[in-house]
Amino acid sequence: MKHIQTLNTRKLTNTVKTGGCGECRTC
Amino acid sequence: MNIVLDENSGAVHVVDDLTYDLIGRIAAGKTTSKKILSAVKKDFPKASDKDIAEACGEIKELSDNGDLFTEDPYEDSIERFAKHPTVVKALCLHVAHDCNLNCVYCFAGQGEYHGPKGLMSYETGCRALDFVVSHCGGRTNIEVDFFGGEPLMNWDVVKRLVAYGRGLEKKTGKHFRFTITTNGVLITDEVIDFCNREMDNVVLSIDGRPEVHDRMRPTKTGTGSIDIILPKLKKFASSREALGKEYYVRGTYTHYNLDFAKDVLWLADQGFHEISVEPVVADPSNDYAIRKEDIPVLLEQYDILAKEMQKRRGTKKDFNFYHFMIDLEGGPCVYKRLSGCGSGSEYLAVTPEGDLYPCHQFVGEPEFLLGDVWRGVEKTDLVESFKKCNVYEKPECRTCFARYYCSGGCAANAYHANGDIHMPYEIGCELQRKRVECAIALKADAALSE
Repeated sequence: MKHIQTLNTRKLTNTVKTGGCGECRTC
Repeated sequence: MNIVLDENSGAVHVVDDLTYDLIGRIAAGKTTSKKILSAVKKDFPKASDKDIAEACGEIKELSDNGDLFTEDPYEDSIERFAKHPTVVKALCLHVAHDCNLNCVYCFAGQGEYHGPKGLMSYETGCRALDFVVSHCGGRTNIEVDFFGGEPLMNWDVVKRLVAYGRGLEKKTGKHFRFTITTNGVLITDEVIDFCNREMDNVVLSIDGRPEVHDRMRPTKTGTGSIDIILPKLKKFASSREALGKEYYVRGTYTHYNLDFAKDVLWLADQGFHEISVEPVVADPSNDYAIRKEDIPVLLEQYDILAKEMQKRRGTKKDFNFYHFMIDLEGGPCVYKRLSGCGSGSEYLAVTPEGDLYPCHQFVGEPEFLLGDVWRGVEKTDLVESFKKCNVYEKPECRTCFARYYCSGGCAANAYHANGDIHMPYEIGCELQRKRVECAIALKADAALSE
């Protein structure tokens, strides 16, 4: 793309199906 | 540099002036494509029709791919997620309600939480670890932070509880991630060696410049504490760095050091590379509390800090600032972002007597006593209230661009400022938005520099 550079490829929307395992750090 | 954040997908784009203008006009709506093109041609007379058509094409491509103008698809999912059975998988273990400093802003009332002094017994600590293992459901990872007061005042119990936890790991297949938060006064070589073996992270309290630190963190006799702790903190931090272990020095800024960027840089110049300096949480009536009129100065300080970090990147003076840390590529899933820190449900504080509270900031508030480690959580209605502390329950959060980075803010801040855990703390919101803005800008700048 000439006018736009996207910095990240991961989409938060994709984590609706793959997220929620609860193993990450829990203040 | 023009940065566009697509709030709902989390995509971050760096765009040229023409495209930035176009996206802004499209986002504002209330007009036709013809009017937008006409206005853009007027504002960008040097842009050719081909340039404008290309920019429009790229915008459409991103939009079609779900990277721009993405709608919010999460509300139903998070409601279903919140109905999952509650598990407890993190504890803030108050092993000491006593302290050897006399910090002016201490929310714990000089370590005692407005109650009697007390040290957690080994038996109560073991019961707390048993409690979290039996209430964590299918989770493997459990976090336990040794906290106070000053946890090193009950050091022998800390060591014995770590050993007990390691025994539980072998029996149950769970994994404990132990951390400790200390003011540094009682750090010895033995403490450093033990923590470097057993603690996944250590948090070392220091506010910054000596005059700032000593004003707010005096000893019990009223003298400054920086000369006591600074050599110990340096030794501890450098030993962690040599081993590749996590640590950070954590300071608090107040109305008396609104120029807190100087404190962050002072800490960096002392050789610390992992730094957090955060606004004080205080009743607005306190003279040291952050006030609404302080906000413009504080926002400018975050900008000053971001620019200095930009200059130092890649040099020996480079450092991480906790509130500018953001993981654009591997950050948490949407459920984590929307359920926040888990206080009051997944994350509980345990007093020396074994009482349970939603987090360390609520300890000693009678209406927030949830139960204890023998009988478990009895105030389940309060747990449900904390589980609903997400951005969809707060009208102010729904339209805030930073909602997926702050998760609706801190329940304790909200309670202490507004008397309601569901009403966001306005000053905190202003500061958080600025931090997120700086964090994304630093990421973008680093990406473009590579």
